[in-house]
Amino acid sequence: MAESRIMSSRNLDFLLNEWLDVEALTRRARYAEHDRETFDGLLELSERIATDMFAPMARALDVDEPHVGEDGKVVLLPGVADALAAYNEAGFPSLGFDAEHGGAQVPFTLQQASSIWFQAASVGVSAYPSLAKGNAHLILTHGTAEQAATYATPVIEGRWYGTMCLSEPQAGSSLTDITTRAVRQEDGSYRLTGTKMWISAGDHELGENIVHLVLAKTPGAPAGVKGISLFIVPKLLPDADGAPGERNDVSLVGLNHKMGFRGTTNTLLNFGEGFATPGGQAGAVGFLVGDEHHGLSYMFHMMNAARIGVGAGAVALGYTGYLHALDYAKTRTQGRALDDKDPASPPVAIIEHADVRRMLLASKSYVEGGLALVLYCARLVDEAATAPEEADRDRARRLLEVLTPVVKAWPSQWCLAANDLAIQVHGGYGYTRDYPVEQFYRDNRLNPIHEGTNGIQGLDLLGRKVVADGGAGLALLAETIGATIARARTAGGDAASYADALEGALGRIGEVTAIAWADRDPAVALANATAYLEAAGHVVVAWIWLEQLLVAGEQDGAFYAGKRAAARYFFTYELPTVAPKLDLVAACDRTTIDLDVDAL
Amino acid sequence: MNIVVCVKYVPDATADRSFDSSDSTVDREGVDGLLSELDEYAVEQALLAAEDGDGEVTVLTVGPADAADAVRKALQMGADKGVHVEDDDIAGSDAVATSLILAKALGTLEYDLVFFGMSSTDGTMGVVPTMVAERLGLPAVTYGSEITVDGSTVTVRRDGDVATETITATAPAVVSVTDQSGEPRYPSFKGIMAAKKKPVEDLTLSDLGIDASEVGLGAAWTKVLSFAPRPPRSAGEIVTDEGDGGTKLAEFLASKKFV
Repeated sequence: MAESRIMSSRNLDFLLNEWLDVEALTRRARYAEHDRETFDGLLELSERIATDMFAPMARALDVDEPHVGEDGKVVLLPGVADALAAYNEAGFPSLGFDAEHGGAQVPFTLQQASSIWFQAASVGVSAYPSLAKGNAHLILTHGTAEQAATYATPVIEGRWYGTMCLSEPQAGSSLTDITTRAVRQEDGSYRLTGTKMWISAGDHELGENIVHLVLAKTPGAPAGVKGISLFIVPKLLPDADGAPGERNDVSLVGLNHKMGFRGTTNTLLNFGEGFATPGGQAGAVGFLVGDEHHGLSYMFHMMNAARIGVGAGAVALGYTGYLHALDYAKTRTQGRALDDKDPASPPVAIIEHADVRRMLLASKSYVEGGLALVLYCARLVDEAATAPEEADRDRARRLLEVLTPVVKAWPSQWCLAANDLAIQVHGGYGYTRDYPVEQFYRDNRLNPIHEGTNGIQGLDLLGRKVVADGGAGLALLAETIGATIARARTAGGDAASYADALEGALGRIGEVTAIAWADRDPAVALANATAYLEAAGHVVVAWIWLEQLLVAGEQDGAFYAGKRAAARYFFTYELPTVAPKLDLVAACDRTTIDLDVDAL
Repeated sequence: MNIVVCVKYVPDATADRSFDSSDSTVDREGVDGLLSELDEYAVEQALLAAEDGDGEVTVLTVGPADAADAVRKALQMGADKGVHVEDDDIAGSDAVATSLILAKALGTLEYDLVFFGMSSTDGTMGVVPTMVAERLGLPAVTYGSEITVDGSTVTVRRDGDVATETITATAPAVVSVTDQSGEPRYPSFKGIMAAKKKPVEDLTLSDLGIDASEVGLGAAWTKVLSFAPRPPRSAGEIVTDEGDGGTKLAEFLASKKFV
């Protein structure tokens, strides 16, 4: 196919095959049915359906966003159902699941590479199956066999959809404050009452049913997050044969009208307000998942994958923005070379101007760095699940824990920055709705906010991940980066000098972490957690760029030259910005703590 | 009903295509190849026609080693098996030689209907189906925009500029289908997995009893004498409407002999 402006199949091929060696996974029993042909075929099919069916919906859904019809049902453009029909018929919902559940046992790394095509083509449409997949995974992991058959199988078959209902109007980042109640009934089911806010894909008519996974508290439960339980609350209660039947007491209060990401309905849902009376009484019927009071831990088991998914979404939008900006910069003519004083000479393409190149190179380093980071973490998920040796599985798990806040937050921040630069490259046209780059920015602006704000990720990294188990996660990360540094020194040339810079920054992270916690005062240590997160993220992505540079080596061709140029940019322009941020953390700066709020 | 679909592996029509300067044949190195999009319609119609019966769909191609990709794509869509005729001496063959190879290969297969796309996306001649039919002494119902198979009867609707014809033939017959015949299906992931296990038979010219002198560039009835890239599009002409815009547009179209 001609060069896509959605995603780079060439770069995916480089990362998956030349760097991460995904084919090696097929030597493991779980993936033995697969080979390079399967993986290539999957990505080709992803590109095709994303391009043909999803991409046309991106703009259409932004302009004509979902609304509630007179009958109270959500109205979505028909193209969404068509796109998802093609997606479902091709078997995408089942990719990662076990064969015993009808799945295709595709490695997570390949699932992620596949889904990034759909996220880049239309993030609004892609969210429906993505949320459903997470929902089914959780039920399979923590639910009973009967719950799996009833609620996960139809999702895997692409017939039902699903949600995650965590936040409430008064409790988002702080789930300890949720008030939705679940009361056990004589038959073992529960009745739920409460209101859930920001529920993506919370209502629509796309499938036969919607499975809500709802966090709620049972009467007498311990205070705080340890009192939270998890419930399956289907929109339509399955009948004896498992088919969608009686309407549950779950009602759509309204749709949130968002800045971007408009194709995905985002809802306020009422549970147990008497909208319907299943079994003759009000109250949303729910079924406990696992044991009472363990709901949040079940939910957070899925968080590593969910946060990689958010990072991937941010990369996808940043990447497509970059490709659009690159295409525009090659064809838009404006101005002349600085040494060309002849007004009669033809104008040059704006890509000839140094500052435009700077913006494109910055964007390239962000989106390709982000994509590599996302796929690296996805590969860790596969390692954690299937590495033959227990020690290797543990190692992957530990490394993934420490990288999770980074893989969520870094692309959310810097691939959004790429979207900002894509608008800038387009100049005035970029600020108009005649070009899609402004929409990419609006769509991507969600990612630093949801699935744990970037502020929360900073607290998670500095407050938990780098200090857990006596700092074992950070030590493992340093060891892993250290191995790359050693290889880079052996390679020599630019790689060796970049290795020196990276080693310095990495060492400083270790020092600063110790300094921040020297007084063991969380308020002081975490006051500048965001600066720490940003610095650590840049160090991690510098390492990821060094990895890519080592694979590119001196190979011929524009693609490999592009890898070398972007690595050079990152080490020259970006890595040096880390030092002042780490100095701020090391100073235990109290500016924000000492602030009197009346002074704002 | 057994159906053979003849498909072609072509340079991606959406990429910049060119000719090899050494022999003026298609440059396959500089551009990705794929199953001709127009042939996907033939695969789709063959799969639909075979769906209700117990016959098989065989995909047949003549081309270089990479043409196996085109066979594989058709197998991923649902065809049952493949046949790939590959031989260095085939390179540069024209439509006449291609039809000879296809006809000989078809002679090794059991079929009731032979499906083709309306033309390839590279040569765009659309003559091979008829040539094959002529060589095999079969009826050819071509350019079908709607295909109905009922027992051993195939009926196509052919939409022309001035009339729509309904043409019927009795199997065995050759059928070519247009891009109006129905959107080809996407492969499914299960189809991709299943395709790996489907048989593909590789044949050479000698397997088919064809002498190398009958095919290839040397035997071609036509010769590319020269080629040049399409000239870049020149600047357009902007008509400013000062009350006479319509007249100016009409004059422009008349000057180009459009009206």
